[in-house]
Amino acid sequence: MLTVGNMPQDKRALHALNRLAYGPRPGDVERVNQIGVERYIREQLDPESISVSPELTSRIDALTTLHMAPVELFLNFQVPVRQAKGDADAQKAARQRSRVILQEAVEGRLMRAIYGPRQLQEVMTAFWFNHFNVFAGKGLCHLWIGAYEQEAIRPHTMGRFRALLDATAKHPAMLFYLDSAPNGAGRQGKFEGINENYAREVMELHTLGVNGGYTQADVTALAHILTGWGLAKRGRGAMGMGGAGRGGEGMHPGYPGGRMRRLFGGWPRRAAHRAPLPGSESDAYGFYFDPGRHDFSDQVFLGRTYSGGAGIAAGEQALDVLAHSPTTARHLSYQLAQHFVADNPPPALVARMADRYEASQGDIRATLEVLFFSPEFWDQRYFAAKFKSPYEYAISAARATGTPDITNYGPLFGTMTLLGMPPYGHETPDGYADTREAWLNPDAMMTRLSFATALGQGHLPLLAPAFEDGASGGGDGGKGFRVNTKRGAGGAIMREISSPGAGAGRGWGVPMAPPNPAMLVAALGNDLSANTREAIEAAPAQLRASMVLGSPEFMMR
Amino acid sequence: MNRERDEHRYEHEIARAAVGIDRRAFIRGAALGAAGVMMLGPASWAARALSGDSSRKRLVVVFMRGAVDGLNVVVPHGEPNYYDARPTLAIAGAGGEGAALDLDGFFGLHPALAPLMPQWRDGTLAFVHACGSPDPTRSHFDAQDYMESGTPGVKSTADGWMNRVLAAMPGRSADKSSPTEALSLGANVPRILSGRMPVANIPLGRAAARPMPLDRPIVETAFDRMYRGSDALSHAYQRGREARARLMSELEQDMTEANNGAPSPKGFPDDTARLARLIARDPSIRLAFLALGGWDTHVNQGSSRGQLASHLQPLGEGLAGFATALGPHYQDTVIVVISEFGRTVRQNGNGGTDHGHGNVMWVMGGPVRGRKVYGAWPGLATQQLYQERDLAVTTDFREPISTVLRAHLGLGDAQIDRVFPSSPRATGHIASLIAV
Repeated sequence: MLTVGNMPQDKRALHALNRLAYGPRPGDVERVNQIGVERYIREQLDPESISVSPELTSRIDALTTLHMAPVELFLNFQVPVRQAKGDADAQKAARQRSRVILQEAVEGRLMRAIYGPRQLQEVMTAFWFNHFNVFAGKGLCHLWIGAYEQEAIRPHTMGRFRALLDATAKHPAMLFYLDSAPNGAGRQGKFEGINENYAREVMELHTLGVNGGYTQADVTALAHILTGWGLAKRGRGAMGMGGAGRGGEGMHPGYPGGRMRRLFGGWPRRAAHRAPLPGSESDAYGFYFDPGRHDFSDQVFLGRTYSGGAGIAAGEQALDVLAHSPTTARHLSYQLAQHFVADNPPPALVARMADRYEASQGDIRATLEVLFFSPEFWDQRYFAAKFKSPYEYAISAARATGTPDITNYGPLFGTMTLLGMPPYGHETPDGYADTREAWLNPDAMMTRLSFATALGQGHLPLLAPAFEDGASGGGDGGKGFRVNTKRGAGGAIMREISSPGAGAGRGWGVPMAPPNPAMLVAALGNDLSANTREAIEAAPAQLRASMVLGSPEFMMR
Repeated sequence: MNRERDEHRYEHEIARAAVGIDRRAFIRGAALGAAGVMMLGPASWAARALSGDSSRKRLVVVFMRGAVDGLNVVVPHGEPNYYDARPTLAIAGAGGEGAALDLDGFFGLHPALAPLMPQWRDGTLAFVHACGSPDPTRSHFDAQDYMESGTPGVKSTADGWMNRVLAAMPGRSADKSSPTEALSLGANVPRILSGRMPVANIPLGRAAARPMPLDRPIVETAFDRMYRGSDALSHAYQRGREARARLMSELEQDMTEANNGAPSPKGFPDDTARLARLIARDPSIRLAFLALGGWDTHVNQGSSRGQLASHLQPLGEGLAGFATALGPHYQDTVIVVISEFGRTVRQNGNGGTDHGHGNVMWVMGGPVRGRKVYGAWPGLATQQLYQERDLAVTTDFREPISTVLRAHLGLGDAQIDRVFPSSPRATGHIASLIAV
């Protein structure tokens, strides 16, 4: 029995499931009580120890674009767009075909979050993706959004932060999103000189934090140090690919200009087998260090001189310093504690986590261990103290109902979108907020309760056939998810799901059985207030499951 | 009529609309939704609106998120340094295709903003140049945060300045105010409007009138009971119900009037046209906020054409259309257009501009003393620049806004101090911005 903290024992299983997982599925509370909360946490901290069902594995495997490397994605989905130049219809069809990538990324993410047994791994994947946010609606990022999560985020969620920082810094999605690709000495196509975007955000958002003690001069110096980190040009060998940036197309997917696209030459088919240039470095995912674009002058960054001769090693050293800085330790610990404990996390806990982070050289698992076995985490004042984000709310609702085999994730994605939190849809690099202040407002309550009403009555078409993927679609083109930025407005853009061309004759699929309200209440640990219970009992029978899903208790975790 | 069957059908319509499958289903759903709202009894909010403040003065704030390049919006064509710093981005000052539209012999307007020239000529459009935040940050997030909280450099401010304006307007309290006094158009309530005063939020575009399962009276009654308390969630629920009942009814009329209910892809101009109709119909709307993005032009910014131009075009059209659509209400409306900071004076090597400092503020509306570029122009010679790279800020953004609050909305000095605590002393350059 876990005795740290003053939370009553009968609430602990639910608390663990609400924080380390996306809430309970039917029977989960009992299962956690059976094996004990401590063992549950230890298992979750070691995801490899938890076996994944063959069914889920094969479903994830079937999402083919999730397992394609960036070069392959570019060849399969972007080259055809360019080749169709001059034929508007063919080009449109080729572009629509690429929507399958976002759709599969969303399906994979939601599927694992709802059905996957490695729940903490899923929570941490969403957490780190948001921390290292990339927006699917910016230019070519939509090609790599799923690969980015699969290759740069997932393998490192509980490993060393330095590895996570490295993987994100070098992934094509991030290189494109924060304009690392056009950051270079000298001229590359029409790009000339440094671009500070990544250098600024890696300090402000990814590592030190906004008051992290760096100056504009440090931003500029780091941008110089990181020159040459990018994607190689056409015919350059390695991962031949040109500069990228916030061009016309970058701001508006579907923008007819296509100026950026012209910069991308043919990506050689067997690119990975070609010999890289002397002094250059590249990896299997498309990162390419181009010494020809690197600024070899000395730089003073955070009070230390980086020798110009070091090339890519200078950038690696700078990332080492950032990853292991005590300021970074505090920043990350604060964010983790804010996510797992409270909007205003207890400073003493943050300090202990930061100490552990530093002592362990940025070991995320060790830092989480301090958190999950702290008296603060198990303080009863923090039970159900976090207001679920739209993402957490929709996923926890799908889990609580125990709906098996969701085939159509559209209604869940659509609900998250209406609530302002579509996966992969945050435009700016700061990611979504993690506080009640950000998500609780009158409008959001209306949308949440409408979702709860529809789901609780079995009226969401979760069992309808999935939208056909664009790869096999002809005629009216690809279906699926789209992050729509046409109405863009900074952090508050209206994004809407759209799935054009769905056949008029498409049925609703198998009707979903409405969840049984009593079973729902049991799944949630029978922990409802008197007022909530009375309101549910006063409601017509067919509304009761909806009332449970729309209850204040279910809004919190 | 078979009520149960209709309700069931309605649910399916909603689900369908929610995933955007079928536009016809959406329109049918909207009609059904309106019937639900009417059963709530619109009399309650109508009575409330009539009992409100008789004043009709209102303020609309448009936020250009991402830091617009103010030097290419109101172009200092009389400044040779401008042309030296921007060999390919500069906009010509002397007539001809693509030249700036001259304003006063020194400044000119970006040609994509030609739709606003009638407002300039009739004296209801003004600009304040070299305006901005005194805080040196070049982070979008921080700078937007400061401009929305109204307290540059202070991170701990919990609410937004527009919410404080709402609280400061005479005779108002969180309990008595109308739920649509302050309106935000967008996905969620922005920082600038967040705070203790209630704010209504309507999504942009056709999502605005999308009916919800919660609009059904049977569902509403059930949740009313669950959320009858005084906790934060109940409070949000109660406010949401009130605002929704009212807006659904108004938007339903609006959908019928505008384009026969067909959504149009025009974006910002549609949003401003809708806002104008809402204002005309609902006199209790006093504050409104819209944001639009796409201004972070690090790469390929373009000049008189290109990326920036294609973003300015709908903004200009939208604001001009707003002025027209407001009709007589334009006389009682002031529109302020802001952005978190300006961009570097020199163009960068990527055909764009990077994060800078000073910018231009736009002020438009019947009460504005326009046809004038206000402020103190600091010059663009290297030694005149902020940190030798950016347009300096000679007017704090809070000064023109304070003038609007005082002369237009009738706030006193003590109230303005609450909206903008510890604001710097006014320069006096812009005291005459609003006709009293």
